[in-house]
Amino acid sequence: MAPKLPPQHPLEHSTATTAGQAHEHDDHHHYGGPGGIKRWLLTTNHKEIGSLYLIFSLSMFFIGGIFALVVRAELFQPGLQLVQPEFFNQMTTMHGLIMVFGAVMPAFVGLANWMIPLQVGAPDMALPRLNNFSFWLLPVAFGLLLSTLFMPGGAPNFGWTFYAPLSTDYGPPSTTFFIFSLHIAGISSILGAINIIATILNMRAPGMRMMDMPLFVWTWLITAFLLIAVMPVLAGVITMMLMDINFGTSFFDAGGGGDPVLFQHLFWFFGHPEVYIMILPAFGIVSAIVPTFARKPLFGYASMVYATASIAILSFLVWVHHMFVVGLPLAAELFFMYTTMLIAVPTGVKVFNWVTTLFRGSITFETPMLFSLAFIVMFTIGGFSGLMLAIVPADFQYHDTYFVVAHFHYVLVPGAIFAIIAGVYYWLPKWTGHYPDERLGRWHFWLSVIGVNLTFFPMHFSGLAGMPRRIPDYALQFADFNMVSSLGGFLFGASQLLFVAVLIKCVRGGEKAPAKAWEGAEDLEWSVPSPAPLHTFETPPDMTSQAPQRH
Amino acid sequence: MSGSYYVPETSKWPALGSAAVGVMMIGLGVVLVHGVGSLIMALGTVAVLAVMWFWFRDVVIESRQGLYDAQMDRSFRWGMGWFIFSEIMFFAAFFGTLYYVRTFALPWLDGEGAKGIATLLWPDFTASWPLMNPPDSSISGPHDIVSPWQLPLVNTLFLVTSSITLTVSHEALKEGLRATARNWLIVTLVLGACFLIVQGVEYYEAYTHYGITLDAGIYGSTFFLLTGFHGFHVTIGVVTLAVMLARILKGHFSRDDHFAFEAGAWYWHFVDVVWIGLFLFVYVF
Repeated sequence: MAPKLPPQHPLEHSTATTAGQAHEHDDHHHYGGPGGIKRWLLTTNHKEIGSLYLIFSLSMFFIGGIFALVVRAELFQPGLQLVQPEFFNQMTTMHGLIMVFGAVMPAFVGLANWMIPLQVGAPDMALPRLNNFSFWLLPVAFGLLLSTLFMPGGAPNFGWTFYAPLSTDYGPPSTTFFIFSLHIAGISSILGAINIIATILNMRAPGMRMMDMPLFVWTWLITAFLLIAVMPVLAGVITMMLMDINFGTSFFDAGGGGDPVLFQHLFWFFGHPEVYIMILPAFGIVSAIVPTFARKPLFGYASMVYATASIAILSFLVWVHHMFVVGLPLAAELFFMYTTMLIAVPTGVKVFNWVTTLFRGSITFETPMLFSLAFIVMFTIGGFSGLMLAIVPADFQYHDTYFVVAHFHYVLVPGAIFAIIAGVYYWLPKWTGHYPDERLGRWHFWLSVIGVNLTFFPMHFSGLAGMPRRIPDYALQFADFNMVSSLGGFLFGASQLLFVAVLIKCVRGGEKAPAKAWEGAEDLEWSVPSPAPLHTFETPPDMTSQAPQRH
Repeated sequence: MSGSYYVPETSKWPALGSAAVGVMMIGLGVVLVHGVGSLIMALGTVAVLAVMWFWFRDVVIESRQGLYDAQMDRSFRWGMGWFIFSEIMFFAAFFGTLYYVRTFALPWLDGEGAKGIATLLWPDFTASWPLMNPPDSSISGPHDIVSPWQLPLVNTLFLVTSSITLTVSHEALKEGLRATARNWLIVTLVLGACFLIVQGVEYYEAYTHYGITLDAGIYGSTFFLLTGFHGFHVTIGVVTLAVMLARILKGHFSRDDHFAFEAGAWYWHFVDVVWIGLFLFVYVF
């Protein structure tokens, strides 16, 4: 039907066709499937599954956040006040596991579910039932993980990196259940990633070439590849743990000829690509938001794609920088130091491109833009402390101190989490049909920025002064820094309640948003009505006539 | 593209499948940690298998109704291809373990390398592969090893031949020679079953005669990890191909529309290639 229409701007054109369809079927208000909870259990719709992922992620964000606040409350003053060291260790461990596997990763998958089909003009994800299976594995996995808190011996207490032999010989009995919960979460990730790759490679609207795809789609394509490459390695290493614990094998036991260092190699072969899994989609979100609110096309689209791919390739060659002090041959330390520092090059390309996109733009500062700008600044701070940690002799000093904690929280909180929040504010009008409350959004933003920096900036100093991580008590000279960090932590945690308020308000009502909710937004998702009808692009839009907009 | 991409309205199998996986894994965990609950585990496993049965049945029915277009076929191809890639990475972790233990861990325990301090732990330890005497004397190593030129060689011949017979069957199906395809698929299945039986005999001999056990140090650990997961994958492959045989007998598949068969064949070849790696690095070298 598309070629019969008179020639016009392709985006307006697809607006016309999809809006027309929506009126025809009126399927925007009409829903034919089962109602109530069954609707959510049985759904195959990418938008509903995307919402499920996002709601799940938000609840995990708060649960993991409460664990973090238990840690910060205990560290408010030196000495043991609130919890026992054993429980403190469970809190640091569960905080890390829940945030990494339960909050950040599902949030990105939720955004991918919602936005990738809309951005490539597909009717749904490539494998809709598999999509639902990927989601519903997550509540099972994290229900099981959280239940370990109530098991005899308590929850996992060996840190989110679960190094052997701490986790094998000395772990609590619940470790076996922890392993199974990670297995289930891992299956969910692999199946989700397969679905996303198949969608991107096979479901693009006719005429949309790879180099026409929005960067969020590109970064997710590469992230999905990383997930499929490394989640099986994680499954392998936890299976070997399971066998060491339950079947008497010696993989990580030197007495039987194994090696605990082998655990670290396998874990970080997964773990380092994993940190890029948690940041590449964030790059994609920021690369969508910055051009929109600078009202300029993204500077260096192609170089962004190549930089993302370079980061992904390098991510397989740097894992040993997590293990510099474990006692490795000098050649290995040097090799991994240089490869690690090399990652600064493509990352620098990205930061340069965002800044250059801003240059001479007509910038406005709506909430998504505020979070994105904060992302660029603070993620870069986290990148620089990463460069410091990459230097082997310096790392000998910084290793296992709060400097490391400061570093990875800067890339994960004002990095990954801010980008997720920015993406939510950016796409809320498309999801709900209403703009999020701008005034509340600004409060949320500024309190979050202040809270994050109060929490994590002092950790650089306490770390450089020698304060070790994962310790419930500390020497007196670190008291002031820790008090500031704890106050900042509670401020950041409390200000996320504002986020919930914004979300509820936005779902219930607010200023109505048009199809193209932001003036400078150019991608395909803005051509469908706001809120997006349940089914979009049932007939794919024809993109062949679209003028190359990116280069 | 015609806009004919089939999006199923709803399905109860994914949610039921998740619940079944949960029951199965909780059951297995309770068995391992507390030594009870094998009934829960068995129920969960049966539920997982049942959900797979019904889910695949739905897909087969939809496929037979002609609901799938060429684009859907490509989705399945990408999906299966990337799934096999994930399986390759799963085995890569285990092969990497074997390589690391032989090249680094054992020589270091013997005092090799710049630091050489690990030898202080067990001064009498001498590195060797296969590791017959683990450093800790409370762990008794194997007293003999499986010769690669007996049962493993037979099994190599079985699997390599089965890959060829499966290809013959696939070519026959593409030519529309259904009886030929059926016969060669039966030969493939027999070879696969023979492999599993021989593997079982080999395990029995390893445990009872050679002292190769899971707790016989790192040699037994890597031996059973690699061959065990491979054998498990052969089992999945045999079941998959058996389903394909049943579908051929029921008259499913046409000359140019039989991706389920092809996916099963991809999987079978993958399992075969992994075996070549195992034969070389677990048994021969």
